[in-house]
Amino acid sequence: MCDTCGCSPEGGAVLRKPGAEGCHLHIGEEAGHHHHHAHDGHSHSHGHDHGHDHGHTHGQARKVEVEQEVLLKNNLLAERNRGWFEARKVLAVNFLSSPGSGKTTILEKTIPMLSGEWPVAVVEGDQQTTNDADRIHALGVPVIQVNTGTGCHLDAQMVQGAVRELELQERSLLCIENVGNLVCPAMFDLGEAARVVVISTTEGEDKPLKYPTMFHRADVCILNKTDLLPYVDFDAEKCREYAMQVNHHVEWIEVSAKTGEGMDRWKAWLTSRLERL
Amino acid sequence: MHEMSIAMSIVEAVADRARQEGCARVTGIELVVGRLSGVVAESLRFCFDAASRSTPVEGAELSIEERDAAGSCEECGARFPVESYHASCPSCGRFRVRILSGEELAVKSITIE
Repeated sequence: MCDTCGCSPEGGAVLRKPGAEGCHLHIGEEAGHHHHHAHDGHSHSHGHDHGHDHGHTHGQARKVEVEQEVLLKNNLLAERNRGWFEARKVLAVNFLSSPGSGKTTILEKTIPMLSGEWPVAVVEGDQQTTNDADRIHALGVPVIQVNTGTGCHLDAQMVQGAVRELELQERSLLCIENVGNLVCPAMFDLGEAARVVVISTTEGEDKPLKYPTMFHRADVCILNKTDLLPYVDFDAEKCREYAMQVNHHVEWIEVSAKTGEGMDRWKAWLTSRLERL
Repeated sequence: MHEMSIAMSIVEAVADRARQEGCARVTGIELVVGRLSGVVAESLRFCFDAASRSTPVEGAELSIEERDAAGSCEECGARFPVESYHASCPSCGRFRVRILSGEELAVKSITIE
């Protein structure tokens, strides 16, 4: 249930904007979303009307060949997002990892590195809280939080809704931080130009083998927290080898977002993509 | 659990199609699920029951055809079946495999009345 207006979006995602108290939006299944502002005494219905008729007569059963991708709707929306980003020369990057591998810290360090050169905006995905969006908001860049509720991933519709609320500049970077999860987000195209999967040295080096779908579909793999390598049993070379075995096209970048080590290589990758916009 | 989202996508797509065909009920669905699609057939079945409740698809028989995956080696060109994305070429042993099939996740047909 939505804690601002008390309505139940039935699992639908909610958008929240740091610094805009009481303003949030629901992304529903049924044709888009609607705005709520606190204390406006609104009423609305979530029209989940599937229009089915239980008084039907049992006619002749027939088989219809469909041959349709299950995720067609998401994929079409993702393509729309992709076209929209391309038209505005926005580089959309989808960041994926397990919880706690340092996606938000990487963004916190990346944004000041690009400032002055490239405008950045951020979409944050989490089941609950605006904690990550608050951290990005503190850097003074446009950010919107998508709270997925019980959902375990962002989808193209959520990103479309979030992007409408951000004033994206031409020739800019859009960072989409997905829900921390190495399984589900792999399935859902958001319309991004690149996927960056983050793994940290406090995890197991066999993550690429355990979650091959995620690593197979990534363009870049960032190994974060390399400053901890002397203190943990993590074989970075082995991890790189596993990642390359699952996806031999993946770009491998080792960084410590905390100390800044390796961040120049990451910046070089990003700017090379931005310059091609 | 993304199988729930997948199941809801199936229910929505199938109900839409049945409506287009002028039918009120779906009694059967044939799905094709590749071994590399990222979907676990058993979880999907479990979620489908929940996702289809109180929809025109409720009670429909879900038949899932699991498809094997195949790849080819970018080094030596050999073609072979693969079990996962962590696959090496049986001829040259290199891990430079291009996936050719097995990522399918599609509704093949529906039975409506």
